Amino acid sequence: MAYTPDRSQYPARKADGSLDIDLTSGKFLKLWQGPNHPGITGNMSVELTVCGDEVVEGKVHVGYLHRGFEKLMERRTFIQCFPIVCRICVPEPDFNEYCYAAAVEELAGIEAPERANWIRALILEMGRINSYLMYLGGQSGALGQGVIGQWTTYARDLMLDRFEEMTGARIYHMFIMPGGVRDTLPDGFEGRMEETLKEIERTLKDVWDVMFCNAVFKKRTVGMGVIDPAWLDAYGVTGPSARAAGVAKDVRRDAPYLVYPELDFEPVIGHDSDIYTRADVRRRDLLMSVDLIRQILAKMPKDGPIMAPMPSMLHWKIPRGETYIRGECSRGEYGYYLVTDGSGYPRRVNVRGPSYTHAMALLERMIVNINISDVASLMVSLHTYPPEIER
Amino acid sequence: MHALYDRLKALFPLGELTEQRANLAFATLPVEYLRPALLHLRDQEGYTHLVLLTAVDWLEDGQENCQFQLTYLLNNRAENLDIGLRVMLPREGTTMASIHDLWPTAATYQRELREMFGIDFPDSPGVYEEFILEGWNDIPPYRRDFDTLKYANDSYAQRAGRETRDPETHMKEQLYPGKS
Repeated sequence: MAYTPDRSQYPARKADGSLDIDLTSGKFLKLWQGPNHPGITGNMSVELTVCGDEVVEGKVHVGYLHRGFEKLMERRTFIQCFPIVCRICVPEPDFNEYCYAAAVEELAGIEAPERANWIRALILEMGRINSYLMYLGGQSGALGQGVIGQWTTYARDLMLDRFEEMTGARIYHMFIMPGGVRDTLPDGFEGRMEETLKEIERTLKDVWDVMFCNAVFKKRTVGMGVIDPAWLDAYGVTGPSARAAGVAKDVRRDAPYLVYPELDFEPVIGHDSDIYTRADVRRRDLLMSVDLIRQILAKMPKDGPIMAPMPSMLHWKIPRGETYIRGECSRGEYGYYLVTDGSGYPRRVNVRGPSYTHAMALLERMIVNINISDVASLMVSLHTYPPEIER
Repeated sequence: MHALYDRLKALFPLGELTEQRANLAFATLPVEYLRPALLHLRDQEGYTHLVLLTAVDWLEDGQENCQFQLTYLLNNRAENLDIGLRVMLPREGTTMASIHDLWPTAATYQRELREMFGIDFPDSPGVYEEFILEGWNDIPPYRRDFDTLKYANDSYAQRAGRETRDPETHMKEQLYPGKS
């Protein structure tokens, strides 16, 4: 019979509940994972206290790429903020554009045309696919399967081609702007998109065979990094991390926006809430996005305006008010809290990125009692992007 | 949202309801009633998800004892409803009771608010640890009276050959030459 130690008893706790860690005792060691480390998700670091190869405490440190976006926006006109917001998230920037545009439109009393909403939904699903492809490469890479990342990068590059022909840019598209979108779809776009989607499906089949059916991947992810469903509200867990715990949290279904009420889909859920399940939920969610893009392209109106009549951008003042706009990005709930004061500048913009909760309080809780070699895998499985934390 | 407002109003001295849309409303209440109101919303009304906690600086409004607005935004997923509770705080020596025991993730928001706005949450775990800024010795930078441009000019050297223009004036000159 295997011996299972009672880990709650070690290290000992002081009277105030904090861990009794004496670094001079020789039993503990400080280990920094990041900011420059292959097993870190972007520009952040985790300060680990380890005993042997087991983590007894982990502290997340951010601040490596703080650019003060929220403050910068307070000194810019509403239209000048629009090219800034996408910089808040590199792999999936479009949610910033959508949430900001929708918040400004709501407070200014502007309604985007229907066709623009279809194009917006298309872009958001394209971005979701890109983000998931990056995730799959990261998750497998954290366990030594470097080739998966090369395959998914190839598939992502094809989608970046579609972004480029549609918006003129590969990473920061600046396409969803207050009032609508910048342009219509290029000629023949649907056909090229279908070819890309087929290639992505083919890549995902290979990923399934080589990553999800791999014995090492299963051995190191099944039963690892379990998120207790009771933590979901306590730690603000949303998106695939919540859905892998069996809770069908999906803003697209719970609080429908854009054209999602007209699309046929059901949130993808899992039940085991471990790293493997989270990865599989994201893989299936990716395939659902492929299906959603096909639905959008089939159902979207082929003509009509793409931009609402807008006031002069130089004299645009928005009445005093506040609102919150949310959307379901690849990592969970993404939202913008916008406060206006009647002037030509935002009074306050607060960006609510899912990484803010997942990478801080939740990760610090989950990282305790795992092996050092599983830290990277756990971190990636929460799918965190540090720029959302330090907007 | 009016039914919820009426129920809350019977329990707490809520200010006027600002209904932004059918499923999103905001209301202001005195600081001392915030915690019981949050508990009531979480445990009795199904608002279990703390969406965000943030501050707004109303420096220019000139009301001495209520220049910081704290917004606690809660979500009821089953009914797709959001309510934002606002409390107004004085500007200097501002302290606020922590809610990390209601939502552990609130500790992160509170840590950021102390660093960026100078609003203290004395009981919040790790609230005095540096969050984003390192070795910061100026006023909290997200306050309205922190001058970003002056800080940048004082802290960093300009690259040679680069000039800074006022965006509004520059765009006017570009769009309407000679008329600004």
